[in-house]
Amino acid sequence: MRVNFTVNGREQQADDVWEGESLLYVLRERMGLPGSKNACEQGECGSCTVRLDGVPVCSCLVAAGQIEGREVVTVEGLADYAAHRAAARPADGCAPGACGTSIDAARRWSAHGSEGEFGSRAGGGQTGEAGELSPIQQAFIDAGAVQCGFCTPGLLVAADELLERNSEPSDADIREALSGNLCRCTGYEKILDAVRLAAARQEEAV
Amino acid sequence: MAQKTRTTPAGTPTNVSQNHTRGGIGQSTLRPDGTLKVTGAFAYSSDMWHEDMVWGHTLRSTVAHALIDGIDISEALAVPGVHAVLTYDDLPATTKNYGLEIQDTPVLAHGRVRHHGEPVALVAADHPETARRAAAKIKVDYTELPLVTDEASALAPDAPLIHEDRDDHHAAHVPHPNIVHRQPIVRGNVEQARERADVIVTGEYTFGMQDQAFLGPESGLAVPADDGGVDLYVATQWLHSDLRQIAPVLGLPPEKVRMTLSGVGGAFGGREDISMQIHACLLALRTGRPVKMVYNRFESFFGHVHRHPATLSYEHGATKDGKLTHMKCRIVLDGGAYASASPAVVGNASSLSVGPYVVDDVDIEAIALYTNNPPCGAMRGFGAVQACFAYEAQMDRVAAELGMDPVEFRQLNAMERGAVMPTGQIVDSPAPVAELLRRVKARPLPPEQQWLAAGEAADVRALPGGLSNTTHGEGVVRGVGYAVGIKNVGFSEGFDDYSTARVRLEVINGSPVAMVHTAMAEVGQGGVTVHAQIARTELGVAQVTIHPADTRVGSAGSTSASRQTYMTGGAVKNTCEAVRARVLEIGRRKFGSYHPAWATAELLLEAGKVVTDGGEVLADLADVIEGEEIDVELEFRHRPTQAFDLVTGQGNGHVQYTFAAHRAVVEVDTELGLVKVVELATAQDVGKALNMLSVVGQIQGGTTQGLGVAVMEEIIVDPKTAKVRNPSFTDYLIPTILDTPAMPVDVLELADPHAPYGLRGVGEAPTLSSTPAVLAAIRDATGLRLNRTPVRPEHLTGNGV
Ligand code: FES
Ligand code: FES
Repeated sequence: MRVNFTVNGREQQADDVWEGESLLYVLRERMGLPGSKNACEQGECGSCTVRLDGVPVCSCLVAAGQIEGREVVTVEGLADYAAHRAAARPADGCAPGACGTSIDAARRWSAHGSEGEFGSRAGGGQTGEAGELSPIQQAFIDAGAVQCGFCTPGLLVAADELLERNSEPSDADIREALSGNLCRCTGYEKILDAVRLAAARQEEAV
Repeated sequence: MAQKTRTTPAGTPTNVSQNHTRGGIGQSTLRPDGTLKVTGAFAYSSDMWHEDMVWGHTLRSTVAHALIDGIDISEALAVPGVHAVLTYDDLPATTKNYGLEIQDTPVLAHGRVRHHGEPVALVAADHPETARRAAAKIKVDYTELPLVTDEASALAPDAPLIHEDRDDHHAAHVPHPNIVHRQPIVRGNVEQARERADVIVTGEYTFGMQDQAFLGPESGLAVPADDGGVDLYVATQWLHSDLRQIAPVLGLPPEKVRMTLSGVGGAFGGREDISMQIHACLLALRTGRPVKMVYNRFESFFGHVHRHPATLSYEHGATKDGKLTHMKCRIVLDGGAYASASPAVVGNASSLSVGPYVVDDVDIEAIALYTNNPPCGAMRGFGAVQACFAYEAQMDRVAAELGMDPVEFRQLNAMERGAVMPTGQIVDSPAPVAELLRRVKARPLPPEQQWLAAGEAADVRALPGGLSNTTHGEGVVRGVGYAVGIKNVGFSEGFDDYSTARVRLEVINGSPVAMVHTAMAEVGQGGVTVHAQIARTELGVAQVTIHPADTRVGSAGSTSASRQTYMTGGAVKNTCEAVRARVLEIGRRKFGSYHPAWATAELLLEAGKVVTDGGEVLADLADVIEGEEIDVELEFRHRPTQAFDLVTGQGNGHVQYTFAAHRAVVEVDTELGLVKVVELATAQDVGKALNMLSVVGQIQGGTTQGLGVAVMEEIIVDPKTAKVRNPSFTDYLIPTILDTPAMPVDVLELADPHAPYGLRGVGEAPTLSSTPAVLAAIRDATGLRLNRTPVRPEHLTGNGV
């Protein structure tokens, strides 16, 4: 079958997709976007987390046919997604918990992602080589939250979505939001540090 | 010019100020691969891709022990899109087995399968699902054989022999062919010492089968080459060990198998053995196409060895005043169907079975069995983990018998520098066991009943069981437990353990740049960060590139046994020193006539300059090395070790010892049988922290794996069928961020005079004591005996003990 969808702001088409293929497989093996990871392919580890129309999902549990006409953001597009969100944010800040990108805003970004200034800077969101890292990506590096890094893409997508919803998460909030993402290396303490750091920097920047 | 400090230990050459160079050792430099990893651009082994690649898949046995009467591949071959189907008959060389120490593992089962999930056949097809479906069409006729599943069935008079024609070097020394290896250790006289004991405590302990559960699945890409050889891109812990095992079964000379490390998503011992490496190469050589193999999680549970489950019987005696008199123990490790690292695990379990305590009279025996259970081998802590679980439970029980505080009792018996191990080896570097315990104990306890935070609404997320809880904390009791452990660093028992590093220094765009090339497997531990720090420190350059790890440079040994910073770090350090000597030689030749200091002063490389030890700049490094070829490759060895005597267990078997202590605070809901670990504090001596950020990360990660096996992790093997019952992340549970508590870490740096920079291996020690600390805390909370891991709800509600 043929599937049409948008990935990191760019319209994509996948041909000869077998009905049983997952979104994860399509991204990794057909789109050349291996950033979303294949740790369990059972929906248990969160390594494959992407945003589907803004909602974090385990892409290994989404059948390729379900993504027709929809919008996907992967770790490769996270920096640009976050940059756009920052640009779209009201200049005078917003109340804690009320800040963030609406799904509409995310869609507007997606729709424009494949052209113009944004698209060229990001290489179409394809390569993960965008010049800037998103705050959460930078915080993961700075806090030492990356060891083998296999859990990292999924955690970044989930953590970024948490910070979008809740700019001042408590530790319990962070633990709850990231409880679907396994990490075998870090013991999570530095992942908590990273999310706290990103939240604090976000606070400072406002 | 910063002041120079001479902190390098005696016996190792001195070097420039360790605090001067930006990004040098001792600083929390960030990972060089961090940006790639957070953008999704880092290429893990399962991300490899080649334009005309096909997909490999393994057919695995559905039974644990059986004769193979026949394999029919015709239907599988007929599936459209299938390029090859291989069985044992297709193996190209006379060598058909491989193994780390004993070559007892078949590449593909021949005639017999010995465990559930053993590889039987291979398929290559143009879609992974086609390969899977074709494999399902292969018909294998099995005649099931009687099972060997435990010590009783392995050593029964009529027990089936797992390997009937053993001719390995342990075969002659073991009392039964179903014992892989046996190591006794006797020292002093236990019978006499027992007379002095006022209390004697015996205990039986069971340690469940733990899985490494690294997140990046076994995977890689094999590309056939024009010269008839193969290029293999794979995630592993030791490229050269793989190569040594792969080349003979492919019938190729080693130089025709070129291996490059691809991104490794964790390892923890689980990648020490071969998994898909040989299979992918066989398919690539047969089809003439690049072959990608990626295990799914289900297959991963069959694709690597696990931590040995163990039963441990201990006896300790002590006098009224709290001194240990003697220790007797017997440790039975289930090695499963193939040897893997079992012999070395036996050596560790026996030699470290006393723990970090002074006990002069001991009688120790450790064995590993061959059974039809899944093969077991290396996992973080390697034999020391199981022993620590048992001896620490014993320490609490002896202390309780004596009416003593468990920490004070441990401190009273704690080893110090100069202590004698049960093997007769003298501990000749700092052994701050009592101090580590003091530190975790001195830490203030976390506040009680955090779900009732003052002035706020109850937050049930802080209860055992969290949001899914059905009580409100009525049955919750708190407990505190302590444990401490001892682990060896590096390969022991006379193994020729070495590492190789190549360092090249050149001028690129006017600046001096060092390139470090080793075959070290970066599995997430941060070796690449540390190598760059060492090169910056030793050569005074800002820019260091790390060459990809491959087999075009000499072996770096394994990324295991907490040895890589010591060994490959040591190799990088020594090689940099040789490069520095070469730089100064060139400098003297080029510029010696301009300044007398070239001839006399002790010269240093700092911040891209050659300087005197008085701080005077003699030349720019770039000017010295411009136009010169400086490229040095050297091997580094630690001091030699000895094999343990096969009867007495005596021998200087270990290179270095390392210590960590834990305090666990738990809350147990006694009605629901649920445990919440509230805090798990570590104190560890690391000798010298080359990168504190990485050190703390390793300690927290290791601590979490110990927590996992304490309360949730276990591969369950059906005792009637020897089949694995929970090969998935749905059923094999590893700690999530909700299961993991605050983990404060207290790092001690007491230099080991024998090690590079005084460092100690870090990664494994924290995995030892966190398990018994959590168990001790749960016992403290509940008063239950709890002598097995993991503790399950039924053990806590009185239904399963
Ligand atoms: S790979 Fe999708 S949840 Fe694990
Ligand atoms: S799984 Fe390795 S860093 Fe999280």
